[in-house]
Amino acid sequence: MSHVHVSNTGRIWKVFGILSAVTVVEVILGIVKPDFLFMRDLLGMNLLNWIFYALTVYKAYYIVWAFMHIEGESNWLRSSVVYPLIFLIIYLLFILLTEGHYIYEVFKNSSITWNF
Amino acid sequence: MESTGTTANSGEKIWDGNNEPMGVDYGKLMMWFFIVSDALTFSGFLAAYGFSRFKFIERWPIADEVFTHFPFLHGVDAPMYYVALMTFILIFSSVTMVLAVDAGHQMKKNKVVLYMFLTIIGGLIFVGSQAWEWKNFIKGEYGAIETKGGGLLQFVDKDGKRVALADFAADLKGDREQLTRSKGMWFMAEAPLATYTVAEIQEGFKAHPELLIRTEFVTKEKKKTILSRADSEARLGEARYVVEGANLVRNEYGNKLFANFFFFITGFHGFHVFSGVIINIIIFFNVLVGTYEKRKSYEMVEKVGLYWHFVDLVWVFVFTVFYLA
Repeated sequence: MSHVHVSNTGRIWKVFGILSAVTVVEVILGIVKPDFLFMRDLLGMNLLNWIFYALTVYKAYYIVWAFMHIEGESNWLRSSVVYPLIFLIIYLLFILLTEGHYIYEVFKNSSITWNF
Repeated sequence: MESTGTTANSGEKIWDGNNEPMGVDYGKLMMWFFIVSDALTFSGFLAAYGFSRFKFIERWPIADEVFTHFPFLHGVDAPMYYVALMTFILIFSSVTMVLAVDAGHQMKKNKVVLYMFLTIIGGLIFVGSQAWEWKNFIKGEYGAIETKGGGLLQFVDKDGKRVALADFAADLKGDREQLTRSKGMWFMAEAPLATYTVAEIQEGFKAHPELLIRTEFVTKEKKKTILSRADSEARLGEARYVVEGANLVRNEYGNKLFANFFFFITGFHGFHVFSGVIINIIIFFNVLVGTYEKRKSYEMVEKVGLYWHFVDLVWVFVFTVFYLA
């Protein structure tokens, strides 16, 4: 069953470079907080935060694909790990964030704020 | 890699463990499924954080005002540099881990030993850094006042710069003595008293006309609201508690849930890092005594490697959620 293993240290260091570079970009953006991103909102979150989350998912992709080496596993294993996670996490976030926003609206605008 | 599904890889013998579903052996498959469930646990925590933050979106603390410390740089405002360094350390320990796995595939024992060792060191530095972060978070820097409605009031000068309680609190004689069990009549004690009483803060505020109060509410400019002097004095009349640092009941940074989530999520992650270090140490000694050399397979290193990378993966999200966004 064992796969034929070739050393892929080259790829490891390349991925390390990518992850470090993305982290540096995140920190610089976080410190500078450019107004054209920070002051603009999209779906209840500013553009800067959208960029942070996009970059985080980008980093997560490299960690799972290269470091955890899921790219070398069978299609079945890869699918049964990745798809349930993507589906369930997006579903959970959608439900909880919608609910959180709803409660915020009730606290702010409703005439009865303690009973909902 | 071809897809194998659950059918036999070779037509010969599919029982007695000869058939490996999805082309990996039992231990590695179970590690993957453990990681899936653990990832969902962390997602639940982080989503709950998002829920609470959206619920109190106007009042949530601003992260880069909270985490501003860097070792040996006292009083220097260094938002995020230290956590960025921690992130870098953890990513680097992930790299040494994957290098150990890679060396294991080539049966190079000495290289596995070296890289495992570096991974363990990286993990220990990370856990230590997290403890230091917690220390600063718990100790606090400026202090604040909680009102009877549960709101939090912080103090700023005319330029909007934060002012610590110690810089203006009046010293009224006759401080109350802390009630401890040794002084109590009957198993009585109380929560530690704050350095200053509410009255001392109110007196000190009156004596310093340049001070203003900052509330939790975020304005359209995405900054915290600063009240006028008259409003500040009125709000301070509602003061109930002096808040210094953070605990699970109240914290000087703002919304109570913020500190609770911080302690719980970074604590749970820190616990994972700590377990990871312990597991890595066990495997490290197994490598040293040649267990996997005899087994002719370093797959155990690969399995703990999966766990270690997962811990790194979670940190990438915790970093974004707590420190960046």
